[in-house]
Amino acid sequence: MTVTVEIARRGTGPQERRWVCPKCRSDHDPAAVKENLSVCPACGFHQRIGARERIAQLADEGTFVEYWGHLRTLDPLDFVDLEPYPERVREAQGASRLTEAIVAGTATIAATPCVLAVMDFGFMGGSMGSVVGEKLWRAAAAAADEGRPLVAVASSGGARMQEGALSLMQMAKTTCAVDVVNDARVPFVAVMADPCTGGVVASFVSLADICVAEPGALLYFSGPRVISQTTREQLPADFGSAERNLVLGHLDAIVPRAELKDKVANYLRLLKGGGQLDGLERRAASRPRGGRTRRLARAASTRVAAAFKNPGSESLGGSGPAPGSSEEPPA
Amino acid sequence: MNLSEEADRLQGLLKSHRHERRRHDTWLTVQIARNKDRPRTSEYIEFLIDGFEELKGDRLRADDRAVIGGLGWFDGRAVVVVGHQKGRTLDEQTRHSFGMAKPEGYRKAQRLFALAERHRLAVLTFVDTPGAYPGVAAEEGGQARAIAETMLTMARLSVPIVATLIGEGGSGGALALAVADRVLMQENAIYSVISPEGCAAILWRDAEFAPQAAEALRPTASHLLPLGIVDRVIEEPRGGAHLNPEGAARRVHDAIAEALRELEELTPRERRLLRRERFRKLGVWGGEGLLP
Repeated sequence: MTVTVEIARRGTGPQERRWVCPKCRSDHDPAAVKENLSVCPACGFHQRIGARERIAQLADEGTFVEYWGHLRTLDPLDFVDLEPYPERVREAQGASRLTEAIVAGTATIAATPCVLAVMDFGFMGGSMGSVVGEKLWRAAAAAADEGRPLVAVASSGGARMQEGALSLMQMAKTTCAVDVVNDARVPFVAVMADPCTGGVVASFVSLADICVAEPGALLYFSGPRVISQTTREQLPADFGSAERNLVLGHLDAIVPRAELKDKVANYLRLLKGGGQLDGLERRAASRPRGGRTRRLARAASTRVAAAFKNPGSESLGGSGPAPGSSEEPPA
Repeated sequence: MNLSEEADRLQGLLKSHRHERRRHDTWLTVQIARNKDRPRTSEYIEFLIDGFEELKGDRLRADDRAVIGGLGWFDGRAVVVVGHQKGRTLDEQTRHSFGMAKPEGYRKAQRLFALAERHRLAVLTFVDTPGAYPGVAAEEGGQARAIAETMLTMARLSVPIVATLIGEGGSGGALALAVADRVLMQENAIYSVISPEGCAAILWRDAEFAPQAAEALRPTASHLLPLGIVDRVIEEPRGGAHLNPEGAARRVHDAIAEALRELEELTPRERRLLRRERFRKLGVWGGEGLLP
């Protein structure tokens, strides 16, 4: 969890722990901020929250069951930078009390059952390595198998450098996972929380049926530093912000945290609400061929043929029946 | 003299020498992969494809010269070819944005893949890019989604797809053209999640450590083959493909031809499911024994 708690001294009295909003600098009782979903009560700044807190906010109380928590991070490349990779993982595990940068399982959100996968930026920048990719795959496969919608909350700096090209491959793997979910016609809703960048946005997140972001979230593939170094371009002040992305057409909506739970549940209900049509489709498929669809198709082709025979009598794009042809030819 | 101490010392020395050697070798490969005389996609098209007809544009707003594509004949069968194009002279490189594709480049690729699917043509891709173009217009034009959708488009094709890494395989910008049934990689090509310089700047806080970062990232074909990230390493003429482009192209031809023959044995459905399975398996993790 990456809660920024600053300690402000109040006069000469005993130290009082206060939460100071990094945006508006107002200070608040930390418990009250947490009660307010870790959103600043004064200015609405959305503080980053960890996976556990996010799940507590989204899932109905007591419904979340974690799966795939037994998967363990390995060090396939023997990666050492200033510190060996396994040590970085152990530190992240100690600090976050998570095993990896994603927590996944089943839950109900406002009584709608789903598979819920939540990334944690506090765990190595929410980076996606083999375990994150595998958990996302299993979450997607479970969603497809059980016909439960998939809800992913992403917050990530991108692919994890310490697993090299294996991390890069997780972009393709999670993309294929979306293919599995799409094939099963299971709804997939993605929520982008601050920050959501690099390989995670350029794979499964952007492919969701509905893609929303939290207010103020930063979202981009290439970051401002890389852009200014490579192309020396001047960046707009609000580059990558959720608000700018909404205007540019990259998001379905910006949803404040207080409304997120109901909003997600509503999306899921709407996407699942076409069951009636599904039934009709099945009946149509089981009906012997030569039904209404076929009659309509024949009527249309008769119209086209008539138009060819009598050029000028009707344009092919016309909607009315051509002279001499009947709307419903004898079956 | 304590013999076991001496043995330990020598062991340590040997290890550090091997380390040095590996770092040197990896960095050398990075240099060869980036050599500006290395054959580009356009040259492989010239060598391998008969009667190439270039098809331009994304059908939305632009023609990105960092990605070239079109139709042609490979060993008597019509194919769709798509690849990053870097260019050689400074003028060419600028025109082709150094092979860094913008959203319009990825959308061009997508529409060519759709064309291949509609007409049952195999797809050949050539990967050679430092990465996707990092610019404000590209970002705001939907770079992330363009890459993601290109990957998904490839995942859904039922025609055979063979991707060949011929130079730099830089991050998501490269992978976007490599969600293939078979991923082939030239001996001196590299494929990495981030450039060595970028990685060094972040983890070492200094881009000067690029050789160290390159070694740590394991971006060479010999590292990637055992991980299943590439299916076959294509040998290059002595010293690198740039010293004998025609010889390099011949070997690329043979590898692609063999891959295509194998893939043509499969049904469209099998190809799609096996491609999905290929990418599902990628990754290394533990703990499977801990729970059912």
